[in-house]
This record gives sequence, C-alpha cells and structure tokens, in this order.
Amino acid sequence: MAQTYRSQLIDPLVDNNPITLQVLGICSALAVTSSMQVAFVMALAVTLVTGFSSMFISMLRNQIPSSIRIIVQMVIIASLVILVDQVLKAYAYEISKTLSVFVGLIITNCIVMGRAEAFAMKNPPIASFIDGVGNGLGYGLLLMVVSVIRELFGSGSLWGITILKTVNNGGWYVPNGLLLLPPSAFFVIGLIIWAVRTWKPEQVEEREYKIQTVEGH
Amino acid sequence: MPEGTENKGLIRRFLDAPPDSVGKTIFVAVALCLVASMIVSAAAVALRPVQEENKLRDKRINVLQVAGVYDENVPVNDAFEAFEPHVLDLSTGEFTDAFDLDEFNALAAKKDPSIMRPLDDDPAGLGGQMQVYRLVYLLRDGNGEIDKVVLPIEGYGLWSTLYGFIALEENGNDIFGLQFYQQGETPGLGAEVDNPRWKALWNGKKLFAEDGDLAITVAKTPPPEGTDYHVDALAGATLTSRGVDNLVHFWMGQAGYGSFLEHLQAGEVN
Repeated sequence: MAQTYRSQLIDPLVDNNPITLQVLGICSALAVTSSMQVAFVMALAVTLVTGFSSMFISMLRNQIPSSIRIIVQMVIIASLVILVDQVLKAYAYEISKTLSVFVGLIITNCIVMGRAEAFAMKNPPIASFIDGVGNGLGYGLLLMVVSVIRELFGSGSLWGITILKTVNNGGWYVPNGLLLLPPSAFFVIGLIIWAVRTWKPEQVEEREYKIQTVEGH
Repeated sequence: MPEGTENKGLIRRFLDAPPDSVGKTIFVAVALCLVASMIVSAAAVALRPVQEENKLRDKRINVLQVAGVYDENVPVNDAFEAFEPHVLDLSTGEFTDAFDLDEFNALAAKKDPSIMRPLDDDPAGLGGQMQVYRLVYLLRDGNGEIDKVVLPIEGYGLWSTLYGFIALEENGNDIFGLQFYQQGETPGLGAEVDNPRWKALWNGKKLFAEDGDLAITVAKTPPPEGTDYHVDALAGATLTSRGVDNLVHFWMGQAGYGSFLEHLQAGEVN
C-alpha cells in the first residue's frame, strides 16, 4: 500500500501531469505565472484545495446521492476555496490582491473537479487525499517551471530578485514583454509538453485519424 | 429503549438508506449546505479583524505612496504619523472639528446619512449619493508649511468602483500623484491603472487651465489646453479610462473638492 501512496504522489508530477498530459487547469496556469511568488501561492492553494476536497468527498462518497453529486462536490470545493481566500486576505494581503479573482476561480479548476469525480468518489479518504495532493503538486510543478521562464525573461528577475538588470532600471537586459502577457504561457506550456513527450514518447496520444493512400491515382 | 439508542438507530438507518432516495437526497443537500455555510461564515467572522487591519495598512501605504514618501524600511504606522488628518466639509471647503476621527471613520464605513448627500447628477457613478465630509491628509515640510494634500477619490470604472487618492501640491493645481488602492477592473487592461508607468504620467500635470477651468483629461489625445492637462488613456481600456476621467472631474469640480481647492490656491488653508 505504501508503494501505491508513493506512486500516487509521484506519478502526477511528470508521468501523469494534469497540465502536460491531461491538459487541464490551463486557464489559471496562463493567468498566474507571470511571477514566481504569485504562482507559488496559487500552487499551494490549489494543492490544499485538491487534497482536502478529495478527502472530504471521499469520506462522504457512500452517502452522496448520484443525482446531486456534482453540486455536492462543488459545494465542498467552493467552501474550501472561500476558506483559502479568507486566509490569504488575512495573512497574505498583497498576494491576495494580485491573485484577485483567480483564487475564486480555483472552484472551476478542472483538476479539482476531475480528481473528485474520477478518483475520490471511488476510493478511501487517505488515498484520495494523497491523490489530490499529488495532482496539486503536479499542477504546481508546472506552474513553477512556467513562472521561472516568464519571470526571468519577462522581468529579468526570479522570486522578485533582480537577475538580469533591465534597461528601464539602467541595466543591459531588454525584457521580453510578451512573456508578461498571459498568451505567452500557451507557448511555454506547449513547448514543455513537446519536450516532455519527446522525453517520454509513451505520453504521445494515438492519432484520431490515419492518413490512407488511395490506390488508383 | 433509552433515547440515545433510538437516536443512534435513526442516524444509522439514515446512513444505511439508499443514497438515491428522495428523502436522503434532500437531507444530504440541506445538511451539506448548513455545514458548509457555517464553516464559511465562521472563517469570515473570525478573520475579519485581521483583514480590516490589512486593509487599513494597505490604505495607509497608498497615502504614503501617492505623496511620494513611502519607504519600505520604515514601519507604515510611524511614517503615517507625518500626515495630518482633517475632516473636510465639502460644501464650505473648510476643515471641521465636528467629528472625532474614529467616530468619523465608523460613520464613513457604514455610509451614515449624516455625512452623505443624495446626487441627482452622478457622473462618477457613486450610486446616487456622495460623502460630503471627507477625511483628507496634509503633509507639511520642515517649516510647517503645507507641502502636499492627499484627497480620497472614487468612482465607477467598467466593472468596479475604483477607490484611490490624489496628491496635490500646495498650490492646489499641480498634481503630484494619483493611485487606486482598490479596484476590480480587467486584469491586463483596466487593471493597468495600477501600472507604475501609467501612474507616473500624473506627476506634474495641472488641474486647472489659465482661465481657471478644470482642464485635466484622461484621453487618447491632448485637450486644446495642451499636454500639461493630458494623461494618456489606457490602451484597450476605454471605459476604465473614461471612468477615471469622470471621477477626477467630479471630485476636482464644484461638487467635490472645488471650494477647498479654491481656498488652497488662495493660500487660505493652513
């Protein structure tokens, strides 16, 4: 069983990453990755919410009527997200201002609902908790990688500390403004997916179509 | 049978009931909503004092920043003591001693009718009423002369009411800075009102033209009075820019701080 917990925690990091393999949770990954600090808080928030919502949903799984199961999951997830939002407003006010609507939007993050529906409804609480945390970490890992690239080349700093001194501040580095805008995360994530799938070809999906040669021409 | 066992029996029976029965569906829905709402409201109530503290601190940082005296290494509350708070009566443009500061803040927080006035014409989108007493701040130089005044302003943008401060030089005409401490405009577009480069555009602009008319505009092109009265509108945020333009006009006009600014220009404020 210990081995399973371990693999549940490790697998979503690369082998079954919710963003690169399942391509879920892209919206918030675009929005919050322009600086590392913000991305880190978001990753932490999503990990907590996914872990605990999976756990609570799993505890209730035998009592949840199937006709209202989605809304029950939503209520649990939403309550946790509001809790996180309130705590951030109390103890990390600056960051909560930057994250603004995106904390609230964790409710609609496909990863949270996806784990609740696909895993927590069928598995015991501890396993569900670990599964949720693992997926949150997988999401967080990718967020961190994207935000390192975007912050370093977009504003010349990492974690708010200047690495490449920008021209605006009297340095030599001309920052790439595109990387500060959300669409750039599409390119970065796309390149990461390409790299991961080159490294692990088993992640490449099968084609949905086949090119056929038509004889007689 | 003792009552406890009977209760337990009831709960057990409920847990064992098929989850898809109508009764259980309703019960689960109601119970979950009750529990969830209790948790959420408990958290909101318990954390409110800390959140209020943060808001106040943030507001003070904004006052410091807009007046250009913010220093990260100085505790906010210490630095804030340099500012002299006054309650301003907008109708006369003079300071009033009618309110104790804490008392005034409490009244302002709940929009008490005693400090509000209904608005027929509401260009800044204040919801049909405005505060006629405002808490303003004076910053004095070493000789005790007024150096800057910091005035609270607010108005509706595209999605949200923008709350901020404008800092004016002692002549009541030159703008030192303008910034918002609370807004919910579109990130990347309207929310660029928080962009330091855009905020820096306000520095050195003038409110009133030579003839005394309010000339400052937030627009794509400068007004006929010249670039001294022009702050470039935000790209891709027409309605937010228009909102800022409206609210600056409103608060700097006669309905807002107009008469106070006249006193300030005449050197009658001290």
